[in-house]
Amino acid sequence: MSEREPLLVVRDLSVAYGSDRGTVVAVDHVDFELARGEFLAIVGESGCGKSTLLFALTRLLGPPFSGEIIGGEVLFKGRDMVTLGERQMRSIRWRDMSVVMQSAMNALNPVLTIAAQMRDVCEAHSDMSADEIRRRSEEVLRLVSIDPVHLRSYPHQLSGGMRQRAMIAMALLFTPDLVVMDEPTSALDVVAQRSLIVQIKELQAKLGFAVIFVTHDMSLVSHFSDRLMVMYAGQIAEVGGTRRIFDKPLHPYTSGLLEAFPSIRGPNTRLTGIPGSPPNLARPPAGCRFSPRCPHVTDVCRAHEPQLVDVDGDEVRCVLYNGRAA
Amino acid sequence: MRFVLRRLGFFVVTLWAAITLNFLIPRLMPGNAAVAMMARYRGRVNPTALHALEIAFGVNNHQSVLSAYLSYLGNIARGRFGTSLTFFPDSVSHQVLQALPWTLGLVGATTILAFILGTLIGLVSAWRRGGLLDGLLPPIFVITSAFPYFWLALLAIWVFAIKLGWLPQNGGYDYTTTVAWSWTFVVDVLRHSVLPAMTILLTSIGGWILTMRNNVIGVLSEDYVRMARAKGLSPWRIMWSYAGRNAILPNLTGFAMSLGFVVSGAILVEFVFNYPGVGWMLLQAVENQDYALMQALFLLIVVAVLFAILVADAATAVLDPRARDVR
Amino acid sequence: MSVPAVTAPVQGAAGFEPAEPQPRSTVGTNLLYAVLRNRKAMVGSLLLLFFTVLAIFPGQIAPDDPQAEIYLPGQSASAHHWFGTTSYGQDVLSQLIWGTRQSLIVAVAAGGLATVLAVLVGVSAAYLGGIADGLLSLVTDVILVIPIFPLIIVIAAYEKNAGLLTLIIVLGALGWSYGARQLRSQALSIRNRDFVEVARVRGERRLYVIVFELLPTMTSLIVASFLGAALYAVLAAAGLQFVGLGDPNAQSWGTMLYWAQNNEALGSGLVYWAIMPGVCVALLGAAFALMNYAFDEISNPALRPIPKLGRRK
Repeated sequence: MSEREPLLVVRDLSVAYGSDRGTVVAVDHVDFELARGEFLAIVGESGCGKSTLLFALTRLLGPPFSGEIIGGEVLFKGRDMVTLGERQMRSIRWRDMSVVMQSAMNALNPVLTIAAQMRDVCEAHSDMSADEIRRRSEEVLRLVSIDPVHLRSYPHQLSGGMRQRAMIAMALLFTPDLVVMDEPTSALDVVAQRSLIVQIKELQAKLGFAVIFVTHDMSLVSHFSDRLMVMYAGQIAEVGGTRRIFDKPLHPYTSGLLEAFPSIRGPNTRLTGIPGSPPNLARPPAGCRFSPRCPHVTDVCRAHEPQLVDVDGDEVRCVLYNGRAA
Repeated sequence: MRFVLRRLGFFVVTLWAAITLNFLIPRLMPGNAAVAMMARYRGRVNPTALHALEIAFGVNNHQSVLSAYLSYLGNIARGRFGTSLTFFPDSVSHQVLQALPWTLGLVGATTILAFILGTLIGLVSAWRRGGLLDGLLPPIFVITSAFPYFWLALLAIWVFAIKLGWLPQNGGYDYTTTVAWSWTFVVDVLRHSVLPAMTILLTSIGGWILTMRNNVIGVLSEDYVRMARAKGLSPWRIMWSYAGRNAILPNLTGFAMSLGFVVSGAILVEFVFNYPGVGWMLLQAVENQDYALMQALFLLIVVAVLFAILVADAATAVLDPRARDVR
Repeated sequence: MSVPAVTAPVQGAAGFEPAEPQPRSTVGTNLLYAVLRNRKAMVGSLLLLFFTVLAIFPGQIAPDDPQAEIYLPGQSASAHHWFGTTSYGQDVLSQLIWGTRQSLIVAVAAGGLATVLAVLVGVSAAYLGGIADGLLSLVTDVILVIPIFPLIIVIAAYEKNAGLLTLIIVLGALGWSYGARQLRSQALSIRNRDFVEVARVRGERRLYVIVFELLPTMTSLIVASFLGAALYAVLAAAGLQFVGLGDPNAQSWGTMLYWAQNNEALGSGLVYWAIMPGVCVALLGAAFALMNYAFDEISNPALRPIPKLGRRK
């Protein structure tokens, strides 16, 4: 496929699961595209569906992120992953698309050494010899500034930051086209967070992979992501260039998020939170899902659920922009 | 290393507690059974048996309790448990050693088998969540794990020994045959062990299946299992190295704690089948008020349990690298 | 700069609903509701109810006086005697019904005693910490490891014909160690949680904090401990009476089995006499076991059967 075609095209993806209270649609008709080498950040509150979206993309749904894909397609390098069987998925896994998860303490198998965990994925997807595997493992560890002697260590013997970097190293074993990251920095302190994301950017520049970075912390990605996607209640609220969103947020939810935090250098303003709480996804409100909490709400909002409309190349789901549909 | 030392220290304390219990209980019982017993037997039982009782109670007419206790400890340490009343004039230690292999063979083998089989079945049934195995097994085994061992034994006797006549209902072997290392003898022993073994296996396996299943279900929602799926590893590898190896760890610890059940079940099963093991002998000793034998058997049971715990601990240390680094 | 957390969401099998902290008054009704919806709990509770009724009104339900040796001995099942008669001419069915009382009393009393001790030792160890904790934990572990059944046999050997009270006291006084361990580890993890800290900062006395903040949160584990202890008490009591260490004149299922065994009931075709008391023990035990299992499912949603997906969009 050519350089210009998008690496990943997600169209109309929906994910639902059954619960005691009925069917819950956790991801509701999500569309977006990802270009080669692009860094896309997906931001939202806990429970907005961003992690479920991630696991649906990578076909990793299961407890505790239960659910099934009930509609839509996920075209990765031209192939629709939703229709692929597990066998076929396996040939894509790790070679073309790898995953970095939230807490390496939980994401690394506690009873196997780092070397063993790198070895088993190499053996599963290639016929590299034991020597080649070892050399490659040492190579990726050096990429993230970890001394290769730690191949013999068990996860609990490494520090939190090292574990996280080891996971990233593992994700790069086959230099995939796409690395999907689910809140990889949440378990770290602020300094470690920044150094990790800087490292990710450097690796990205060197190796050219695309990144989907899910986080609840907008500020973290403000200087690193190319595009930003804000999710609310299972739907995309706004998506567009990162700088543009920070300078001129379109959706009232995005503005609310940005207003809730003080800027170190800006004028002293009053902190405002967003009143209320996210809706019950088993029984979402009619009309716009953000309407109960929106400061600009009108009757139209409560009646019709707005669709995503294009605004100067970006997209936003808000009645305020309906008249400007391109 | 410190881990090992702490465990050994714990074992020593437990052993000491068991020995002290043996010493104290007859004294604490209303009417001070020790003294009463001694008074009753004096003059009616020959000196050797009397001596056996003296060792068992650590009683010696004009000694204080403390020095009686100390000489009791001394005797135990030297392996002098006295003479058995039931199997007079054989020594207690000799009798105990006779019974031991029967119990090891029956109870030891079936318990290990139940643990392994139960763990495997639990792993597979949780792996195929929502399948037939998972829906059927848990309720069935919850109920069977509540069955009293001896009742299942009685049922087994009735069905297989009396009604169908396939298997013998009594003993470890046919008492009319000669004890020798011959093929017929071995077959005979095996035939006699089938029913007791099945009883123990069926009653104890339920617990393992259930706990392993619950552990695996917990482990399956862990991030490292999802990670293993993300890595595209084969389902076998995930089930074994990721889910299985982590889920079994709490089971091993639980093994130690369930030994109490295993022991009580074994005693009752041996009783019902008149199987000449440690449990059966214990009950014989109680019936004959052969206290020396009884106390020695109790100690043996405690030692056996401690040994099994040691094995489980060693297995945990092998399987779980975190345990090796515990401060 | 994080998204302001306006609510505290809960991650779990149905993980998106923000969980409101529940007022204590609804904990009880939620429990009841959960029990009613769980099939295993229902079966277990019904069985328990059945046996409780038998235990309270044996005179009204049983056809005969269980001790009366007035019938033809050694009969097999008939319309008049559903389970036949014993070798002494007693009606087996009446014995079964009258025997319920003892077994239930032992289960509840010994189980209750063991649970109370487990709570006392486990929670104190967790709360006191330090040397007290070390000592209590050591005692707990030692008693846990020493096999209770042989120990009870040894004790019973010195006091022949142990009555019901002795049985209850011994079983209760020795069976608390497993529960104590579990309760201790749960108490340890709760102790550091915020709402306990809040109570302490408020200046509440230690005892208040333990009884009113810690214990209510541990209810489901305490109930599970009780069910486990009751189950054990039923089986252990039956086992002891079966081998003849109980009071042979008592009216209980275990003693029935003892007499049946002594009279070679199985061999002489009096199958019901030999088997039925065991069935009753098994059923009562199963009732406790089912409720215990159901409680596991109730307190840990991950173990519940997976609900099917509803209508598709």
